[in-house]
Order: sequence, then C-alpha cells, then structure tokens
Amino acid sequence: MSDVLFEIHLNAPYPLNTTCKSQENNAVVEPQNSSEPNWRRDVFDVLKAHDVRHIVYVPDAGHSVAIELAHADNSIRTVVLTTEEEGIAYLAGAWLGGERGALLMQSSGVGNCINTLGLTTMARFPLMMLVTMRGDWAEFNAWQNPMGQATDAALKLMGVMTWQADVPADVAPLVHGAATMAFNGDSACAVLLGQRLIGEKKWAR
Amino acid sequence: MGALNQGSLERRAVVARLLEGRKDLLVVTGLGSAAYDVMAAGDHDNNYYLWAAMGSAAMVGLGLANAQPNKQVLVVTGDGELLMGLGALATIAVQQPANLAIAVLDNGHYGETGMQVSHAGYGVDLHKVAAACGFASTVEITGMDGVDAFRASLAVQSGPRLATIRISAEEPPRVLPPRDGVHVKNRFRAALGFNPI
Repeated sequence: MSDVLFEIHLNAPYPLNTTCKSQENNAVVEPQNSSEPNWRRDVFDVLKAHDVRHIVYVPDAGHSVAIELAHADNSIRTVVLTTEEEGIAYLAGAWLGGERGALLMQSSGVGNCINTLGLTTMARFPLMMLVTMRGDWAEFNAWQNPMGQATDAALKLMGVMTWQADVPADVAPLVHGAATMAFNGDSACAVLLGQRLIGEKKWAR
Repeated sequence: MGALNQGSLERRAVVARLLEGRKDLLVVTGLGSAAYDVMAAGDHDNNYYLWAAMGSAAMVGLGLANAQPNKQVLVVTGDGELLMGLGALATIAVQQPANLAIAVLDNGHYGETGMQVSHAGYGVDLHKVAAACGFASTVEITGMDGVDAFRASLAVQSGPRLATIRISAEEPPRVLPPRDGVHVKNRFRAALGFNPI
C-alpha cells in the first residue's frame, strides 16, 4: 500500500499534517490483499490527521485496530464507554474544552443515542461518529437486523448526516469528508462501515 | 428499601456556598432544578447548563475535565439525572480525572415531574455506587460544614470526587438559565480562549 493515503486541504487554525502516513505498529491487522487500502488503519489515521484528541468507544471487532492504535498513542485520550450516548455527552464536553474527538460504536448502539442527540442539535456541537454495521448484509444473527436496518434512518431522523462505506477504498475519503463537515460545520456526521466492508462474522469456533 | 431517604439542607444555600468566591471553576449542570440553582447563584461564562439529554451531565463534565486538565470541573446535578446515566460513574472511575467533582443534589425525588420518589429516595446511595466504581473520594453530606469541606476540596486535584448532598424536597422559585445552547456553548468556549468556527 502507498505511504500517502490522501491529502488534506483545510483552513484550520491549528497545525495539521498535510499528509497522512502509515506508521509502524504491531497492532495493525494487515490487509489480506496488499493492493487494497488498510481501511481499519485508515480510520485512525484520518481521525488523527483531523486533530482528534479523544477516541471514545463502545467496543466492536470492526473498530479493534483503531481502538488499539488510540490506546497506544499518547497524544490521544481513549475512553471506554458503558453505553454509546455517554460518548455524545463526553465529546460535547471535550469541545467545550477546545478539543475534538470521535465516537466509535456499533449500529446496535445508535438506538441508545437518540434522545442525547438533541444536545448535539440544540447546541450545534460537532459530532463525528463511526458506526460498524450489523444487520445490513449477510447477517447470521437476525436479532441484529431490526436496529441494523433502522440505523441510517434513525440517525437521519435526529439530524445526523450519514455516509456508508462498503469497499476499503471508500473509507479514508468518507471519513475525511465527514470529519471536515463535522468540525468545520458544527454538525453531526456519521460514517457507517458496512458488513460487506468488514466481512462476514465467523460463528463457528 | 421502604423508608424514604430525605435530607434537610436548602438546595439554593448549598449551591450558593459551593460556588461562592469561584475563580476559574468550570461548572456543568444537569437539567432542571440543578440548573436553576446554579443560575440563581449567578450566571457565569464558565457555566454550561443542560436543558435536556437527561443523564449526560457527568459525561459532559468528564469530557471537559479531560480536555482542560489544569482547570477544576464541577458537575452540579440531581439524583434523578445521575441515575439515568449511572454507567457514567464506571466510565469516570476508569478515567480517574483528578480535576472532576460531582455534587449530587439528592432530594430523593424527581422534582421536575411532580416529586415522584426516586431510587435514591428509596435508598440507593449514589456516593456508595461511585465508591464501588472506584472514585478517589466519595462523601455523604448532611450539613453545611460538609458543604464547606467539599468546596475546599475542589482546590486540590485529587479526584474524581462525588458528594451526595442531602437536600430537602423544597421547590424554590425557578431561575431560568439561558436556553440558547449555541450561545452558551460559544460563550463558554470564548471564556477559555476558543473561537467559534
């Protein structure tokens, strides 16, 4: 894969890396096909390039690389949540204190966020969400389908702008685009990482 | 858990004392009476009032405390508000923010909705929950001397702290904080030196 994933052009009042380069880290899961972008690592690199200082999350396997990279990075505060709406409140507080963050979660947690998203709307807090999908493609556990099928609509219902990535090459540009619109527009933005991107969950052990 | 847990402290007096002589203290309030109490003590650029998102005050406080580690953050909220986001106590305990304190104005009731008895009123001690999660300092306060001691403790960064302050279930006249969330957000950030986008 290329060293330079993309370039950022922002008029931001803080120093940004002009390029986002891959770094050595043992925690990274290498892509199976070396010609494909390592989208799991791209999520973290793009957030970091946007000066994200707080990664708050409810764990999901799809986010495991970003979570590990965040924990290993001394310039980023990593916060494990008991439920997703905690992250919306946390990031509002961080922004009050002058810093940017992002919320990593699974689609099942979007329902938990509905009422709290009113805080984001009424105060126009920037909100950057990365949502790994369940129940949108080749889902083995049908109990995931109701919330998975409602995820995008539920976010839109509460005024969150959404984009879905289903192929590795789309992840970096979509995360970059959403972060740009969140932090430069005081807006709520979510990138949905589809099951076709993540791969089918292996149920047999 | 049959007997009602009920305090006698006056909420307005408690909050006025907590905020007396404040300098660069950053304050986040839960929705409802706690916000009115903080407003009654005097509007301030370093106040952030929630008007909704019940259960969020402690987490807003955590995010702020982590982003502003050199400033003391005080969350002022009610027992019902904290109960709606009880998991936040576990999240805060894992983070161990030395500069975060939570003052729970505990009247054992949901005051805003008609004074129904809350879980705290039925006997759930929120300071014990915080202690079990791993807060550095927890205390139950039943007198103004305890309020003074808690206020004095804010000068030392050795949190996270949580105080259950046993207040009476009185309802003093409402003193409404500004409801324009964007205005209060930008005012708060400006006081810390941050510009609007």
